[in-house]
Amino acid sequence: MTTAASAAQLDPAQPDDERIAPRRSHEELFVEVNTGALRRVAAFIGPHRLALAGAIAAVLAFVATQVSIPYAIRLAVDRITGKPESLPLPWIIGGLVVLIGLNAATSYLNDVTAARLAQQVIFDMRRAMFEHLQKVSLGFMDRSHVGRLMSRLQGDVNALQDFFETSITAVGDLALLLGITAVLFVMEWRLAVATLLLAPVLIVVRAVWLPKAQAAFTLARETSSIVNGVLAENIAGVRVVQGMRRERLNLQDFTHRVAENYEAQRVASWQAQIMTPVVDVLTGTAMAAVVLGGGAMVLWGRIDLGVLVAFIFYVQRFFDPIRTISQQYTMLQRATTAAHRIFEVIDLPLEVQDRPGALTPAKLAASIEFRNVTFGYRPGVPVLRDLNIRIEPGQVIALVGPTGSGKSSIAALTRRFYDVWEGEVRVGGHDVRTLSRQALARDVGMVLQEPFLFTGTVLENIRYARTDASREAVVRAAKAVRAHDFIVRLPQGYDTVLEQRGQNLSVGERQLLSFARALLADPQILILDEATASIDSFVEARIQQALRVVMKGRTSLLIAHRLATVRDADRIIVLKDGEILEQGSPAELLAAGGLYANLHRHNFSSFDEIGAAAE
Amino acid sequence: MALEPQPGRVEGLALDLGIDPRTAWRTLARVVGLALRHRARFAVATGAGLLATLFNLAIPRLLGHAVDQAQALLKRGAAEPQAALRALGVTALVLLAASAARGVAQMVSSFHGETLGQQVARDLRLAYFDKLQQLGFDFHDRIHSGELITRGMLDLEGVRGFIEMGMQRIIAMLLLVVIGGAALATQDPVMALVTLSFIPFAVWRAGRMGLLLRLAWTRLQRQMAVVTRVMEENLQGVRVVRAFGSEPYEMGKFDAAAKVALALSNARLRYRANSLATISSSYYLAMALALAVGAYRISHGAISIGQLTECLAFMTILQMPVRQISMVMNSGARAMSSGRRVFEVLDFEPAIRDASGATALERPVGVLRFDHVSFAYPGAKDAPVLRDVSFTVEPGRTLAIVGPSGSGKSSIAQLIPRFYDVDAGRITLDGRDIRTLTLASLRQAVSVVAQDVFLFDDSIERNIAYAAPDAGRRELKEAARIAHIHDHAESLEAGYETSVGERGAGLSGGQRQRVSIARGLMTRARVLVFDDATSAVDAATEHGLRHALADATSAHATLIISHRLSSLMHADEILVLQDGRITERGDHASLVAAGGYYAALYAMQTEAGERAPANGERLFA
Repeated sequence: MTTAASAAQLDPAQPDDERIAPRRSHEELFVEVNTGALRRVAAFIGPHRLALAGAIAAVLAFVATQVSIPYAIRLAVDRITGKPESLPLPWIIGGLVVLIGLNAATSYLNDVTAARLAQQVIFDMRRAMFEHLQKVSLGFMDRSHVGRLMSRLQGDVNALQDFFETSITAVGDLALLLGITAVLFVMEWRLAVATLLLAPVLIVVRAVWLPKAQAAFTLARETSSIVNGVLAENIAGVRVVQGMRRERLNLQDFTHRVAENYEAQRVASWQAQIMTPVVDVLTGTAMAAVVLGGGAMVLWGRIDLGVLVAFIFYVQRFFDPIRTISQQYTMLQRATTAAHRIFEVIDLPLEVQDRPGALTPAKLAASIEFRNVTFGYRPGVPVLRDLNIRIEPGQVIALVGPTGSGKSSIAALTRRFYDVWEGEVRVGGHDVRTLSRQALARDVGMVLQEPFLFTGTVLENIRYARTDASREAVVRAAKAVRAHDFIVRLPQGYDTVLEQRGQNLSVGERQLLSFARALLADPQILILDEATASIDSFVEARIQQALRVVMKGRTSLLIAHRLATVRDADRIIVLKDGEILEQGSPAELLAAGGLYANLHRHNFSSFDEIGAAAE
Repeated sequence: MALEPQPGRVEGLALDLGIDPRTAWRTLARVVGLALRHRARFAVATGAGLLATLFNLAIPRLLGHAVDQAQALLKRGAAEPQAALRALGVTALVLLAASAARGVAQMVSSFHGETLGQQVARDLRLAYFDKLQQLGFDFHDRIHSGELITRGMLDLEGVRGFIEMGMQRIIAMLLLVVIGGAALATQDPVMALVTLSFIPFAVWRAGRMGLLLRLAWTRLQRQMAVVTRVMEENLQGVRVVRAFGSEPYEMGKFDAAAKVALALSNARLRYRANSLATISSSYYLAMALALAVGAYRISHGAISIGQLTECLAFMTILQMPVRQISMVMNSGARAMSSGRRVFEVLDFEPAIRDASGATALERPVGVLRFDHVSFAYPGAKDAPVLRDVSFTVEPGRTLAIVGPSGSGKSSIAQLIPRFYDVDAGRITLDGRDIRTLTLASLRQAVSVVAQDVFLFDDSIERNIAYAAPDAGRRELKEAARIAHIHDHAESLEAGYETSVGERGAGLSGGQRQRVSIARGLMTRARVLVFDDATSAVDAATEHGLRHALADATSAHATLIISHRLSSLMHADEILVLQDGRITERGDHASLVAAGGYYAALYAMQTEAGERAPANGERLFA
């Protein structure tokens, strides 16, 4: 019988196993509990109502043709046995051919409409999640690990996709089951009852078997992911392994893990196969019942031989659908969890967003003002306390202080990555909360400590913020920060594709590119977070020069780590614990004899050192 | 043909599927060979499969027999109904027994088939792991770790999948068609022909579908990788995206990539639906034909209704294995490409290994000598990294190397444990060319602490003791104290047992480096190499660390590579390396006096150049 081949094999398409399963952790990023996740999924299907209706119609039509085909066999047998009033054979065969055509057409329609619908919904959901993440506050993004978000965007979406795809088969199976049942009852209800009685048996047996089998499957999956984890780590750290001569020990350890995995897989495979004889015994029983009961009925003249033959064909196909449908229940559980995790992302509150009627002034004046600002990341733990700063257009201000003193928060608030707890941040005389994101993005530029480049050409990376900039403008910017020379030496010059976020460039080169990018964006106000990475002194000198070029003619807020950088500033603000410790021009601060003077006297080349010194 | 994922020509198809046509069959034969190594299990799986086929074939015959019996009942059963019913009862029981036996045989066959696949996977995994540990840096430089991980995970599964799915299925289907067809043919050749008529077309179609779906799937995956990259970079670079207000641009990138993926996915779905519908139609049409021919032959008395039933029931059984040809083709194609990728690694010969007649270095003293060494990386032999470099380090002395990035400093560090071999000149340890020593004894005698720290996802303790897992706690804590990581470790909740997280993500860059230094000290090596090992350690901590390290390693031969002069200015000898050549050498005072590169660097790093960089005095109260 076909029973042993599960419905999953109906789809020879396959290789889900080629995906690297995300490492599942039971981490809960969010507090809110969201029930009715599947109802929310339904909302995504809403816009495609027509396609859904089409898919359902196709399934029903498909099942109707499927159920009718064995019926044609019955009619043929009736004719052969010379039953009175039976249809002429050519008619039956002709009808059967028509049915076959319909069957092919509806099968195609069913597969295509349903699967396309599922794909579309999956892509829509992924897009909704991704789009929402573009708006979620940076505070959230800081707290969440990119890998974990990706596991939702990938792993959970894939889990849902698997569910959808198998659901299509399951819905067809359910309809087929109902169809077969109906036909059986119409033909001979007693035989139908005898067959149907076996269905609950299968369901009960499966219910007993399932928990144990699931435990075995889970163990097999987990041990596999452990084995792969160990392999991956050993490959990534192979240089240490060889340097420290751990080869033999690690192989021993790995052999042990592999043996565990093999054993778990063996048990899981046994659990999976053990259901085969059960289903076959049930099918055999059903066939025996039909043969014996049907034969007796033929004898007593209750049914025709054709009915008996048709029954045999229906019964052969009876148990497969039941099995796939119960498999679907497990998938459903997994899908619910996945959907829940997806909606957690979509439902993340948007803390920082444009107010209705947010302003987009033609050009913002380049002044910055902090008025009595108090702000923090965690409730009750302020990072800035009642801070007041005023920066006039064109000034270069250096922020200095140990880690955690609030330098980066000042920069982030100016760009409204977060909203203040108290007080206000004003840019160009406007409270930043009344300005549109667009206006702030245009007039407040940023250069981050870690230069982040995207996969793409050098050209695309430099004009990231100004996608319409001409090639000449890009070259001008690159020349200004003295990046041009190394760019033209790259294999394809400005059209060289940067692999893996520019890993083929040195840190210094990446930094120069990020300066060119900021220069081309040409903002009124520039926020610069100086790199702490240790780079060679000569490269550093070049970066210092580029820095001056970029800051020229702009209001600049500089988070500084090096004395050399600070000396050119109009004003230095020394921060500690979210408050201003001292401020003034470099000369004033030297004269005042405070922290800055102290650093200077000890000739620290970097402010990072005070972090450790302050501990 | 627009429905099909255009394969181009056959060579194009093979290329797209990652199959090398020249070696494809050899690869597949090798995969089968791996399975045949477990002869007993293979025999059990195949034998049980044969039994399952036989029982499976008994069922249509029994059903046909039952129909004939029932028909006989109609004609003359009324005369002796009891006997007729008894005969029918026997058929029913045999049917049940055959079905049950089929189930058991199938279970045994599938179980052993799957386990066979797992056994092969286990063998391959261990061989792969072992091989990767043997292969040297030249190999690992060339093939990215992500690629090797993919081969060890997905490609290995590809090989296993063929043994589990492909091989067993193809055997089962052949048995079914041949034995079943022969059995039918002995009864009525015409009906046998009609019954099997759909098989050539369906097999061809399903096989083609398997290959083309694999192609479509490969293309879709490639595009999905683009979608993933767009999302991942967006999330990792979220600050850049926000800073430049590039969200709409990013959504545009995403939509463009997703649109292509969706189109590929839809093309694949259409093709699949089309193929499946075609295959079922061929099957049903054959059934209609069987019905028509059967009815005709029944009317001429050539066959019975039971025999027609048998043919039709046999077709029902055949349908599934025929469709599964697509899976077989799919897994075969996958095994060819995956197998090649796995075997390629397994067949690689390590370039660096013990020379024949290599001997162990007993009781190393630690006199390291570079004797006119020149070196270029494999694959870039025309771009020498080191030219004619000579120096000596002895126990109790410290040699420092400074120079711009790319000058070849790190290459020197990598040559000492023989991660690469020199091209000219030689490196000696205690007077013996290191190429004549066993790798194990050489690497025991030297220890390199690199700038890029790789920590394992394990406790601090086990990371420090990585090279000496049997070390006592006291020795471990002593190393941690010298490396200035002890206080931090103790301050953690679980102390030394705290996990460092994946690749040490739970620690800061400086802390990771300090753990790595402690780990290097634990090797008890005679020659210690610190390759920019404190670049992320803050200056105040580094100051203390340097002194502790100097005390602890006073009896060792020490090599320090750095571009922070404070780390190396106290060395006994300092080499300036530029473009792979030693351009200046001497102690700190003489180099500053010489007014070359070193002096310029010193001026830059100390600002005025008047004073040494700071000590660890507390500046913040």
